[in-house]
Amino acid sequence: MVNDRIGVYICHCGGNISDVVDVYKVVEAVKDMPEVAVAREYMFMCSDPGQKLIEDDIKNYNLNGVVVASCSPHLHELTFRGAVQRGGLNPYLFEQINIREHSAWVHKHEPEAATEKAIRLVRSGIAKVSLARELSTIRVDMEPKVLVVGAGIAGIRAALDLAKADVEVYLVEKQPFIGGRVAQGYGAYPSGRMGSEIIKELIEELKKEESKIKLFTNAEIKSLGGTIGKFHVVVQVNPRYVVGNCSNFNDAIEKCPIEVPDEFNYGLTKRKAIYYPYEGAYPELPVIDMENCNKCGECVKICGGAINLEQEAETVEFDVSTIVLATGFNPYEPKEGEFGYKQFEGVITLPVFERLMALSNGKLTYNGKEVKEIAFIYCVGSREKDGEHEYCSRYCCTATLNASLAALEKYNDLRIYHIYRDIRAYGKYERYYEEAGKKGELFLRYVPEEPPVVEKEGDKLIVKVKDQLTFGEEIELPVDMVVLSVGMEPRNEDVFQMLRVPFSRDGFLQEIHPKIRPVETAIGGVLICGTCQAPRDTVETTASASAVAAKTETYTLKGYTELEPFIAEVDAEKCTGCGDCVPECPTEAIELKEVAGGEKKAFINEVLCIGCGACGGICPEEAINLRGYRYDQLRKMIDAMVEEV
Amino acid sequence: MAEENFKPKILIFAAEMAYRAADMAGLTKSEYPSTTYIVRIPCASLLRPELILYAFQKGFDGVFVASSGPDCPFMGEKCVDKTAKRVEKAYELLKEHGIEGERLVLSGVCSTCVETIVGKTEELEKTLEELGPIKKS
Repeated sequence: MVNDRIGVYICHCGGNISDVVDVYKVVEAVKDMPEVAVAREYMFMCSDPGQKLIEDDIKNYNLNGVVVASCSPHLHELTFRGAVQRGGLNPYLFEQINIREHSAWVHKHEPEAATEKAIRLVRSGIAKVSLARELSTIRVDMEPKVLVVGAGIAGIRAALDLAKADVEVYLVEKQPFIGGRVAQGYGAYPSGRMGSEIIKELIEELKKEESKIKLFTNAEIKSLGGTIGKFHVVVQVNPRYVVGNCSNFNDAIEKCPIEVPDEFNYGLTKRKAIYYPYEGAYPELPVIDMENCNKCGECVKICGGAINLEQEAETVEFDVSTIVLATGFNPYEPKEGEFGYKQFEGVITLPVFERLMALSNGKLTYNGKEVKEIAFIYCVGSREKDGEHEYCSRYCCTATLNASLAALEKYNDLRIYHIYRDIRAYGKYERYYEEAGKKGELFLRYVPEEPPVVEKEGDKLIVKVKDQLTFGEEIELPVDMVVLSVGMEPRNEDVFQMLRVPFSRDGFLQEIHPKIRPVETAIGGVLICGTCQAPRDTVETTASASAVAAKTETYTLKGYTELEPFIAEVDAEKCTGCGDCVPECPTEAIELKEVAGGEKKAFINEVLCIGCGACGGICPEEAINLRGYRYDQLRKMIDAMVEEV
Repeated sequence: MAEENFKPKILIFAAEMAYRAADMAGLTKSEYPSTTYIVRIPCASLLRPELILYAFQKGFDGVFVASSGPDCPFMGEKCVDKTAKRVEKAYELLKEHGIEGERLVLSGVCSTCVETIVGKTEELEKTLEELGPIKKS
């Protein structure tokens, strides 16, 4: 079964190729190959007449394969597949060979060598197409139903955008209240509005979309099965113990005898066992923290039926077509003793400092003592060459500058030091850096080999810096508070395992391509946004959330989606049922099944398969091939490339 | 010893990200040896060690497995291990067939890592020039 009437088209690319590669010579070298029916060169193959040439030749020469040698397939593979299809041929009996980026442009001083290379590459394309088989995309029905995991600013933004496009959204949040980390922030940049105010504005929007967005708080995803088009979701909604409205919740909270550290304020304050994290939190019902509640019943005496201390968890099940992960980040928690953290009173992280500002009115006080002098240390737990965090979280520079400026504005007579490695206040945030300088905040620069040292002397913290800006002068700064500018760490959620989403080296979730497919993952129907993907500030987070909503709509609103046909295929005759391929598959798409006669054979789930080909690579019998990249094709390509020109 | 005018033939198996890096090498007008031939594959874990051996047996002097490294769009970090195992196996096969292991290199290449794909190819060419042409079997 060989395709032996192949049309070959060599593109000049208006000189981009033909100024280096002798395209006429390439045509000469391939036109008499036994598999070739017609070979031509043309000025611009991607132009309308260029595409028409292919369409007409398919009909006139009854072609059963097409090779276009031009630019990168990343530019025009889809263009030419379209032309091949319009010509009446299966679009996968086509190969685009790259003789521009991979030959003309990289060997421009060696035109003869570039031509010879182009000939070999085109021959390899002919070889591949000669063994190509007809393929068709896999069509999957889609309903406009989406699961959004995480109701921080990213999840809320994505859910709202989806709801406004008439998509039904299930928004699942682990915490009892929505808003995530942004709600905790003080004066988020740019604009300096309180994080909780920004969240409140989104909550007002959310209330208007109640018919489209089903919100589950205090809820955990218990299982997630299926594939694009039909994921089955099981959610456990944990009891809130507050089941109805009461006009006296504030009294009930007041009467509660239990006091525990308030996690919303990082333990800077205490809260009751029945509580709201902050004024205006949503949902509007308080929650009872049963781990700390002693069931004394004081709140029940006030609110009666609104409180049910025996409420049980509920399980909810539903199906969705696609999933958006917006699970966020954790702030890096410095190690004990890292710049005096947890060793000396007054050494705190930036997120805690922001809560402290939110809580300190009039004077900035910490543990009852007024804070007048603050040193911010940058890059804590970031950019570690051989450490856990090689990456830069990049939002922290601006966040720190912003926090210092907000502190100056709110409190009188502060003295602020910035002890930094590099300042990356990129884009328009440069003005925060300038402003901090103008306001008299002092900058000292350290190198990673000689980081600052924090010590305690009497009432003061002493920060010792070898300052690069004064050519290595050792400077000692007595301060009241050291704020560690910590980066973002990836979270590890159970749903990542359930969906088998790939991770990057840094541990954040991995998109298919950062520029070209920035919100999709290799797992069909699983999309990502916000800080589960990479460290980001609020602006970038909401932008990616809106992007993910729009991308999700392209999958769900049409009623169906088509998946690429490049998936693995088992040759049952060759398969010995050894099972080596089963654990090799990153998406658990392969299982061994018994066939007639009691033998076991590998079977591939077409929708789960992502087309990496790892199963083929491990199979000892060459019983598995990846469609579009079959081993016989690859071998014939090799043969064609080594043949003399 | 090296022969006069010997231009080693190098086969580059370029996975998704490495292929893009090779595209970018073109866009940025980089130059690298012209007797290099890129075969596009989705992920380097697809490579059967036997296929790598086949390339040498057919006359390639060197093979460069340019994987996507931890940026692999299919399996991220996990790709590194899987691909390394294929290449380790290929080294064993080469040894059995009396082919110098230095002729085969593996490197993760991110989508913008032009220097890696160009640099590794040049390095391999130098090694092959010293080793001389592959013995035809």
